[in-house]
Amino acid sequence: MRNSLTIFRKDFKQELRSKAAINSILLFAVVTLTAVSFSIGNFSISDDILAAMLWIIILFSSMSGFSHVFLKEEEANTADTLKLIAGPTDILLGKFLFNLVLLAAVLIIVTPLYVGVFNFEVKNFPLFLVTVALGAFGLSAAGTIVAALIAKASSRGALFSVMAFPILLPVLILGISATRIAFKSESLDILVPEIQALFAYCVIVSTAAIMLFDFIWND
Amino acid sequence: MNWMITFCILHELKHRKVIMQLLVQNIEKAFSGKQILKNISFEINKGESVALTGHNGSGKTTLIRILCGLSRADKGTVRFTQNGNIIEPEMFKNHFSLVGPYLQLYDELTAFENLNFVAGLKSIKEPSAKIFSLIAQVGLKGRAHDPVKAYSSGMKQRLKYAFALMSTPDILFLDEPTSNLDKDGVAKVYEIMKKQKEGKILIFATNDEQDLALADKVVQIDA
Repeated sequence: MRNSLTIFRKDFKQELRSKAAINSILLFAVVTLTAVSFSIGNFSISDDILAAMLWIIILFSSMSGFSHVFLKEEEANTADTLKLIAGPTDILLGKFLFNLVLLAAVLIIVTPLYVGVFNFEVKNFPLFLVTVALGAFGLSAAGTIVAALIAKASSRGALFSVMAFPILLPVLILGISATRIAFKSESLDILVPEIQALFAYCVIVSTAAIMLFDFIWND
Repeated sequence: MNWMITFCILHELKHRKVIMQLLVQNIEKAFSGKQILKNISFEINKGESVALTGHNGSGKTTLIRILCGLSRADKGTVRFTQNGNIIEPEMFKNHFSLVGPYLQLYDELTAFENLNFVAGLKSIKEPSAKIFSLIAQVGLKGRAHDPVKAYSSGMKQRLKYAFALMSTPDILFLDEPTSNLDKDGVAKVYEIMKKQKEGKILIFATNDEQDLALADKVVQIDA
């Protein structure tokens, strides 16, 4: 874990100086949010559509920035350097942590903005918080392993979206469903089936990522 | 009495000579049906240096990458032993460093941050003194806090040596050791190479006659 934190700190420092991934995710999120708010105008929209739109913004924003994490190592020819000085699991966890923190930073800005722009009330706030947190975890875990998979391919940008979409789809569906409940439900229960399924998804994807990464990274 | 015995054992362990050997056997590699490496075998012991030489495209870099685990051989084995014990491939990484034109450092970070990064991963405690000493050793004193992107290619090459030496490797692999370096840089690299082969293992790929003079053995690679 210590080595993962060292890799995370290195990536974080690089990101603070280049701002490549944060600009990509944040700009995408804010532009999409603005476009959606202008398109809807004064029409009243249901909680179901609000939940769906929020997760579409989160999904596509994360997809626009996650691939940077391995892409920049390949493009700068530092992937082999990293391979020689760190173990695969440390690299995966470090990169995952970076993507998670990046997405969390964007969500902290975009989610309150979304609630403010569309002026609605989140009735079950704890459920909403847990949904967003688990969703961010699942998106980061799956996004990181797909980013590692496509890093060596030639047409990486398009490939990331094509490969990530089916893997990230369960997060989108479960996230929308749980958020819809959080927007409508009067009870403060957070153990809804969607959250259990989202938790299971996170565990499965993380385990599969740790098991597969060695082969992806070294072959 | 007990403390004396303990002291003697510790003293003995500290000064016991470590026997190291790298054994390369029958390495073969082909790319798109074209045989690049065929039956490459050699062994190298502690205190020795081996130069890999051959015309351009003969497979020197491929062999270095195979020895470091960055590429896989089609056939053959690479075995590193310490005091007769075989070091497992996944642990071998902790025993060597590589300097090569295809290995880059992090441009956005400073020289100090690059070396501090490797120090963190190799669990080097209080690395600052070692970092500054290595930076001075490669002739970059006063440039430790400059971002690497501001360095010339020669300075980057020098920094790669500091990066490689941070972990005090048992084996130092060098691919084109003196490329991009000026006269002073070449002298500094020769100093590093001589020091490495004194008590450890040095393997380098080159076609430069001056570099070859530093080798105890020369392995000619020609497909």
